[in-house]
Amino acid sequence: MAKDKDNGLGDGRRSGGVLPVSEDRRAFLKSGALLAGASAAGGLGIATAHAGSVKVPESNLSMGREIPAKIYGMPSKYEAHVTRNRTDVFVNKQNWSDWSMTPLQHQLGIVTPNGLFYERHHAGIPDINPDDHTLAVHGMVKQPLKFSMSDLMRYPAVSKFYFMECSGNGLTDWKAVKSTTVQQTHGLLSCAQWTGVPLSWLLDEAGLADGAKWVLLEGADGSAHARSVPIDKCMDDTLIVWGMNGEMLRPENGYPLRALIPGWEGNVSVKWLRRIKVGDKPWHLRSETARYTDPMPDGKWRQFSMVMECKSVITRPSGGMKIPGPGRVEIEGFAWSGNGKITAVDVTVDGGKTWREARLEEPVIDKCLTRFRYSWDWDGGPAEIASRAVDSSGYVQPTVADIDKVRAIVGFVQHHNAVFPWSVASSGEVANAIA
Amino acid sequence: MRSLKVSALTIAATALFAFSAAAADGPGVSYGQKISEADVKALDIDVSTSTGAGLPAGSGTVADGAKIYAEKCVACHGEGANGGSMYGPMHGGIGSFVTPKRKLTPGSMYPYAPILFDYIRRAMPMDSPQSLNDNEVYALTAYIYSLNGLVKEDAVLDAKSLAAIKMPNKDGFVVDDRPDVKAVRCMADCTKIKP
Repeated sequence: MAKDKDNGLGDGRRSGGVLPVSEDRRAFLKSGALLAGASAAGGLGIATAHAGSVKVPESNLSMGREIPAKIYGMPSKYEAHVTRNRTDVFVNKQNWSDWSMTPLQHQLGIVTPNGLFYERHHAGIPDINPDDHTLAVHGMVKQPLKFSMSDLMRYPAVSKFYFMECSGNGLTDWKAVKSTTVQQTHGLLSCAQWTGVPLSWLLDEAGLADGAKWVLLEGADGSAHARSVPIDKCMDDTLIVWGMNGEMLRPENGYPLRALIPGWEGNVSVKWLRRIKVGDKPWHLRSETARYTDPMPDGKWRQFSMVMECKSVITRPSGGMKIPGPGRVEIEGFAWSGNGKITAVDVTVDGGKTWREARLEEPVIDKCLTRFRYSWDWDGGPAEIASRAVDSSGYVQPTVADIDKVRAIVGFVQHHNAVFPWSVASSGEVANAIA
Repeated sequence: MRSLKVSALTIAATALFAFSAAAADGPGVSYGQKISEADVKALDIDVSTSTGAGLPAGSGTVADGAKIYAEKCVACHGEGANGGSMYGPMHGGIGSFVTPKRKLTPGSMYPYAPILFDYIRRAMPMDSPQSLNDNEVYALTAYIYSLNGLVKEDAVLDAKSLAAIKMPNKDGFVVDDRPDVKAVRCMADCTKIKP
């Protein structure tokens, strides 16, 4: 069970003056992080003390590491704190049906590295030989088909950027503070460039029979995880992919083949995809009745709520970090929507009383993570910071109070897309302020 | 002569259009290997749970289910499906959805009884999925539903009798009707995030 308590950026030297609370104070002083704080103040026109001379780096004075003949390159050993972590907020008692979360506070740009892409499994991670893998397409089609991986990889592939988010992202933190970091509150969110073929090509090749309305996607894992997906989404932008960020999928992300349903909750993008069955109605499996449904008032449940609605979060500064002192703070974060493009992000520093529009960083892509930035001159007093996104459908990211009026937030509640505030204490410590 | 010329042009234009349409809408190639439904039989384990279509032949009793449960399920799910080392209880909770503590079990939650058969057959036991035969899956399904008071202790479940069980939560679902929240993009003097 991963219990690593990396609560922040882990490295003050490139943190823009925002530091993890857990950072050792002595190391913090030695690393020059305090100077980063001072230069942040300098950004406001305050004079800085003389900062000392620059030494010749040790690495100039010797040969570097030998070049191996063949290797899969790994991150620097100084980045070992940047890991995908299982939750220690909601602890499962076994190691096969669980999830592991992306360290969003460390992510640079909009693409999540493959080794940090979030995971959710229902029966562990299979290890599939692509030479043995077959995808079957059958049911309400004119001609059932099967595809080997090499069959699929002969098609002219397409590559597209899309975010993926688990429907359960944030479920621990609706009305009570349970999580510390943004990795714990929002880390079931990642983004990649996916390579594969449109599902519509395969369905057209098989030929849809009259009355075909739903499609069952089924995995080759130990849970044979399966979901029913409406035919319209399958024929629209759904992909069958083998590539992710320039290489084959990782085993934990579905190697060698998975569905990729843009903007919808991650579990419908069935991994280790082995079978596609076309039908005239949804299957109503456990995974779409007893699970992945939302409690509603009067004891009801909302079913097939698959779109991940517009959402955003500040990733820096965020829970577990510390702002070293008053002055310029570069607020940044992510915004995304399963219903289109992000058109605006607003930031508040007073708990939502007033909002200012943040800068969106290019590229801004449909159903993809979008970066926003906002330069804040912190006066050193207590503050509550948050972001609020707007998408191309006109939808404005709601608050928990808004959602609470129309749904039943009881128990294990999915689809938490509410505005997420962080408190900033006079000490500079940043903490989860959802409740 | 003139009409012939026009038709030739029309044919050429149509061919050109067909080519560009193919490039835009499809790959222009097909690499699927033709098979029949029979070739997929080993994989074809799903049940259309609202009708029971896809339930196989065979049957199982509550008593047989209890025996199989004691051997293959109890370690994780506990005695009498009361909850065990890994997972919570699998009975009770009927009527709990109108209280603040909703208790989710196959009895309280599933709108259609064949869901349990489908799930056991595809995913259980967790350390040896798809190892049970269809009679064993029917028996386990009968045992769990008997603990939920949905079948009698002497029940025998098969495709027909399983699909006929009336589930308490059959009408408990509403299809996604979002957006269900209409937030306003207020910029000044707004209601705070936590009012």
